[in-house]
Amino acid sequence: MSEVIVITSGKGGVGKTTTTANLGAGLAIAGKRVALIDVDTGLRNLDLLLGLENRIMYDLIDVTEGRQPYKKALVKHKKFSSLYLLPTSQVKDKSAVRPEQLIKLCEEMRPEFDYILIDCPAGIEQGFATAIAAADCAIVVTMPEISAVRDADKIIGELGRADKNNIKLIVNRIRPQMVEKGDMLDMEDINDLLSIECIGQVPDDELVIKATNDGKPVITMEKSMAGQAYRNIVRRIFGEQVPFMTFPKEGFFGRLKKAFGL
Amino acid sequence: MKIFGKNEKSSRQTAKERLQVVLIHDRARISPELMEHLRDDIIRVISNYMEINRKDMELSLANDENSVALVANIPVNRLKHGGV
Repeated sequence: MSEVIVITSGKGGVGKTTTTANLGAGLAIAGKRVALIDVDTGLRNLDLLLGLENRIMYDLIDVTEGRQPYKKALVKHKKFSSLYLLPTSQVKDKSAVRPEQLIKLCEEMRPEFDYILIDCPAGIEQGFATAIAAADCAIVVTMPEISAVRDADKIIGELGRADKNNIKLIVNRIRPQMVEKGDMLDMEDINDLLSIECIGQVPDDELVIKATNDGKPVITMEKSMAGQAYRNIVRRIFGEQVPFMTFPKEGFFGRLKKAFGL
Repeated sequence: MKIFGKNEKSSRQTAKERLQVVLIHDRARISPELMEHLRDDIIRVISNYMEINRKDMELSLANDENSVALVANIPVNRLKHGGV
């Protein structure tokens, strides 16, 4: 049985596309057949994060307008053989795809895939309505930052109004040292505020930037904390009970510095 | 070192409290008009029992530790006789 999951956030820049790329790769590594649909039309980036930017022939608009069958537009990942990307158009705007077109496309794709992940554009306009239309469930990505949490709450409300009530939360880019000092909201705070089940907390990790530079999802980096967090999220998507990671506490010098107010 | 800052709220706590209030507003979509209506209704009910100073009345949503409350500060001029 296939599952269509939309990755959304409201606010831009919190890591929707990074999350989509990593969960897609993680699900494919676990042997699932995965399709990623980029619906952030006009601002195409999922291809870059996966290192597939040079292999795009057709795009989502070609498919929804009936010019090409979806299979011709799918780009197969070089490394993960069961991962496919359906890129969006870089020239059209966000209203170029209508909700019913995406529903129809997902229905057509369902038999071929275990998971279809939809990368939603930021905002709550037409692009959002289209991206969520076909979804069975939603993953809301937020950051421990006041405006990102507020926008996540707004998005949760909009999802509810669209009768999408299966919603999970990922708190991205947590800085454990700031949390420890009492300078940043932690996962529990955000959980309290949004009352949505959290399936992951991802630490801010420089390796994410390096991974993006290389076009390789950070989930493949053994030593990356963010990669580990994404690997845990994949297991939670499969229904496993995985304890949340504890972040390394500040080192001795950190505490010493703090004690002297440095 | 926080010598003088013992009672100072952490910025995390401030963020959380501010969000608690703003999310209540956002979720309820409490418009200024709605607050006006609520205010008028409260005045109407209380006026049955006491004379209040409408001009100095304050009505707002505030947060307190872990919950959000509707706080009304209603100065009473005098009680009505034989109201009940």
